[in-house]
Amino acid sequence: MSGKDKTTPIQDAYQELQGKHEIKRPIVKNCLKAFLVGGIFCIVGQAISYFYIYFFNFTEQTAGGPTTATMVFLALLMTGFGFYDRIGQFGGAGSAVPVTGFGNAVISAAIEHRTEGFVLGVGSNMFKLAGSVILFGVFSAFVVALIKTIYLMIGG
Amino acid sequence: MLAMFFWAFVIGGLICVVGQLLFDVAKLTPAHTLSLFVVIGAVLGGFDLYEPLVNFAGAGATIPIVSFGNSLVNGAMMESEKHGLVGVLTGMFEITSSGISAAIVFGFIGALVFRPKG
Repeated sequence: MSGKDKTTPIQDAYQELQGKHEIKRPIVKNCLKAFLVGGIFCIVGQAISYFYIYFFNFTEQTAGGPTTATMVFLALLMTGFGFYDRIGQFGGAGSAVPVTGFGNAVISAAIEHRTEGFVLGVGSNMFKLAGSVILFGVFSAFVVALIKTIYLMIGG
Repeated sequence: MLAMFFWAFVIGGLICVVGQLLFDVAKLTPAHTLSLFVVIGAVLGGFDLYEPLVNFAGAGATIPIVSFGNSLVNGAMMESEKHGLVGVLTGMFEITSSGISAAIVFGFIGALVFRPKG
């Protein structure tokens, strides 16, 4: 909302009335569900990373890469069979914040746009939802790492 | 090992609760919330504050999208220590490439195999 939109007293009164009748979101319940679903995703991730550490000679530090890839693969299966939508309706942020949510955003956009063709549909719409995460992640990481590098060069 | 599962569950769950509060209380869209999370992750990574959480909670810290921002910074810093300023660009995806590549590859496979629902 920009600062230039002025509301008349009647509009204010309407906003107040609307606010009174708006259904309150069950915040505590939603938070518990998000905690449960997000926590379970992290337990699965922990199990997968132990799997890579014990059977494929990864270390605690390097196991993150294959674990992420495996989680995205699980997101492919869950999204493809329409299961992730149901988890999302139940878990809210619990399904969006883990890396499977990122995978789901990419994969569901790819599946949804295939009717428009592989180049103009799948190719151009794949990062429709997840693109903002990559943009702001990369740009903020660029700024942070640049400042840190210059700081270390000067001899901080 | 059991303790690690416990802390992964608790810390991962708590990060998701923060996300849920941003949805419900701050009325942010999921895209805004996740973008905010990666930016927070990058800033925490810059101050070396995210790595202790990873050591403490394992997947509880690496599975939430916050770790994406942290890993981007760590990759950029790893290369910049070797090659100076240009490393900030060349190292950016050094650690996170698995997530991005997996999303692209599996996204395309998904589009080949599955039909849109509804």
